Amino acid sequence: MAERALNEVHVRNVNENPCNMCMPMGGILALKGIENSMVIVHGSQGCSTYMRRHIAEHFNEPVDVGSSSLNEKGTIYGGEKNLRQAMDNIIRVYHPGMIGIVTTCLAETIGEDIERIISQYLADKHMEGFPVVTSSTPGYGGSHFEGYFFTLKRIVMKLAEATTKHNKINIIVPNISPADIRELKRILEQMEIEYVLCPDLSDTLDRPFLPTYTKMSENGTKIVDIKGMGGAIATIQMGATIDDAISPGKYLEEEFGVPLYNIPIPIGVDHTDLFINTLVKITGKDVPESLQNERGRLLDGMVDSHKYNFPGRVAIFGEPEMVYSVAKTCLENGVFPAVIATGSQGGNLNQLLTADLGDRLEESTIVVETDFATILAACQQADVNIAIGPSDGRYLTEKGNIPLIRLGFPIHDRVGGQRLLSVGYTGTMMLLDRITNTLLENKYKSYRSSMYEKYYQKP
Amino acid sequence: MAENNTGTISERDGFIVTKGKNKKQLQCDTDSSAGCVSQRACVYCGARVVLNPVTDAVHLVHGPIGCSSYTWDIRGSLSSGAELYRNSFCTDLKERDVIFGGGPKLTVAIDELVEKYQAKLIFVYSTCIVGVIGDDLEAICSAASRKHNIEVIPVESSGFIGNKSAGYRAAGDALLRLIEPAEQGAVEKTDTINYLGDFNLAGEAWIIQNYLREMGVKINVTFTGDSTYETLKLAPKAKLNIIQCAGSMIYMATKMEELYNIPYVQISFLGIEDTATSLRKIAAAMGDETMIRKTEELILRETNRVESIIKSYRKKLEGKKAAVYVGGGFKAISLIKQFREIGIDVVMIGTQTGRAEEYDTIDTLVDDGTVILDDANPAELERFMMEKGANLLVGGVKERPLAYKLGVAFIDHNHDRKHPLSGFEGAVNFAEEVYTTVCSPVWNSLRTKGIDKVVKDHG
Repeated sequence: MAERALNEVHVRNVNENPCNMCMPMGGILALKGIENSMVIVHGSQGCSTYMRRHIAEHFNEPVDVGSSSLNEKGTIYGGEKNLRQAMDNIIRVYHPGMIGIVTTCLAETIGEDIERIISQYLADKHMEGFPVVTSSTPGYGGSHFEGYFFTLKRIVMKLAEATTKHNKINIIVPNISPADIRELKRILEQMEIEYVLCPDLSDTLDRPFLPTYTKMSENGTKIVDIKGMGGAIATIQMGATIDDAISPGKYLEEEFGVPLYNIPIPIGVDHTDLFINTLVKITGKDVPESLQNERGRLLDGMVDSHKYNFPGRVAIFGEPEMVYSVAKTCLENGVFPAVIATGSQGGNLNQLLTADLGDRLEESTIVVETDFATILAACQQADVNIAIGPSDGRYLTEKGNIPLIRLGFPIHDRVGGQRLLSVGYTGTMMLLDRITNTLLENKYKSYRSSMYEKYYQKP
Repeated sequence: MAENNTGTISERDGFIVTKGKNKKQLQCDTDSSAGCVSQRACVYCGARVVLNPVTDAVHLVHGPIGCSSYTWDIRGSLSSGAELYRNSFCTDLKERDVIFGGGPKLTVAIDELVEKYQAKLIFVYSTCIVGVIGDDLEAICSAASRKHNIEVIPVESSGFIGNKSAGYRAAGDALLRLIEPAEQGAVEKTDTINYLGDFNLAGEAWIIQNYLREMGVKINVTFTGDSTYETLKLAPKAKLNIIQCAGSMIYMATKMEELYNIPYVQISFLGIEDTATSLRKIAAAMGDETMIRKTEELILRETNRVESIIKSYRKKLEGKKAAVYVGGGFKAISLIKQFREIGIDVVMIGTQTGRAEEYDTIDTLVDDGTVILDDANPAELERFMMEKGANLLVGGVKERPLAYKLGVAFIDHNHDRKHPLSGFEGAVNFAEEVYTTVCSPVWNSLRTKGIDKVVKDHG
């Protein structure tokens, strides 16, 4: 299969309507999934506010993130004073059990040595044992997707220790919804498998309403559990597309000899089978009948819907990992992935897709590090009639009349982004129903008039 | 309900006063303190908010992708014509550009955009790193201006050079450059006014323009809601400037008085009282008898129309308490009066960027015991909302989930709102929104006893 990579055809000097966010955004998300952790963005005040706003809108949760609020002075003479003050204030108000510091374009460009600043700070305050994770995430260094995995790797590097072997499996997840995380936990519990899932923002960013509000959630991946990740029986990392350089699972394998199973997000039959089979392979546990039945129901539903799905010509965009699994699911169901796109670097996405797409009647357009103007042009060229991805894809609806199935992050123009379930057999069925029903809705909307226009002649 | 284990931050003491309790002058308009989790954005944000409603301009962000991504089409400014402003263009600087300079990329980006969109006006926004790596925006923009014979205006909005107010000033400087007549000498005046500080959110500027038209007032141009290159160019011809959002526009107004001899009056179209007062002020300033008569007719008609509706809401809302945390001072001032119109007292009030004179006005308007605070953070909002027993909060996207988690109603007074809050129509919308949220049945469900955790005496 030879794909057309639009972004390689011409040199692009303008990004026209971004399809990605910046590295520290991903860093914040990863850190928000750790027990009792607070985040400080080392940079000017706006960075943290913009990211908080986006995260708050997606999750409908208060999202408190500190900033070192770098001003002109800090930029010229260094931001140490600001960062120390930020540490003081965050500790005073939030009493965190861990602090994550992500950098920004500004901090990196002026060459801040945050590792040194922080170790000095901790020494001065006699807080040597207090965990502070630093992550170098300049906005120009990659997208939120790379920022997420890189920060996750930094968390593991900081906390994981050489420890005695135990029977837990490390489950490292990409930026999936709280509902997805809960579904993975349900599957693991159904199979009676012990695990450490990291990062777990299923509760920290999707908290129940309680009579008393607390600024910090009690949940998230326990720090003590992350410390033990080095002793796990294996790591299952849902990061098939990511480079080894930003892979927490790879680090655990190289540093502590924890075998790594780097698999895609379990969306679709194949990918979910792979996840379950990997669990079986590692633990030797049986797959309970209830899970077998879920799979059977998915197959049943796929057959029921297959003819409705066939006319689907889909554009899939967003974070590479999600894009890959959704593309695979579409392929399984006869929905043609006409345009596959990400604003991120893409890692192994291209290779993986090439293998899966195989020889088809028609070629898919794959674009990485792209923008929405490019995606729209590709959609129009390929007669795309349905799109799947985060809210910004509404641009495709407005300009190209392409209905959008909202999936991924951020979803800011609809409620319920945090409740979207698409992993596992049950999640796949829910995603597939959304795809099928969107196609059906389009058909019902137009078939009377389109047939009339096509065939009716005045007698 | 809130927890009560919060440490307070001493740097913040000067920014919080309780009316009648302490005599000290409230501190404001300074940089945010590090680690205080300020709700403010940055200089770039301030500049972008003010300029973005210019509908036929190319808004090009010179910097890494994040700044452009977080500000793409998220605001509710409406246009009667061009839609170009709803795109987010970015030079998408990468590591290489940071090292070798982003100038060449910017030049080509402008060339490409001019070719594609034939825009007469391009705003080039500077971001944090541009201010550090030293790209000569001024030189690049003026070279591009000459080359394409259009206006390419740099906006000095590096995030670290100040707070959001510095961004308003940067936008003001850009606009002043734009409106400067090509030829020296006296500007030929027309019998018109400029309307400053309305961004036509949900058509608000249109509502006000309709009132003014009915009064016989001719509007020259609105800054910047639904404005264009051509209309803005005419700005110096006006005889009077009326300013609504003073925080963002007072600088422009002062400058225009100095340069073009245009006096200004401050007005506000939020709430019935302020709308009526403002319309009268404008008629009086224009000094035309017929106009004054028409204005009174309009006010009488509209007040009669909306008063009974508002009264019906007032019955339901009387005695409730409001907390207010908004961007600028003028909004806060008007909200105090507007809440009074529906029987609600303001018990906590703050802004991100209010000015000293605005806080003085706030102080004279509120009752003793009201907490007034500048540049607040979530912990303070939580604390004072709870201490003062607020039934609702007015704020933006980031504040909304906090209010909800505390079981408090919420009013969206931000730039993405989809319904107008200006003028007589807006006053009705406002009262309706307050009623919708304060009197929603959902709060009852929160107060029910709930489910029994333990089953006693079963059977």
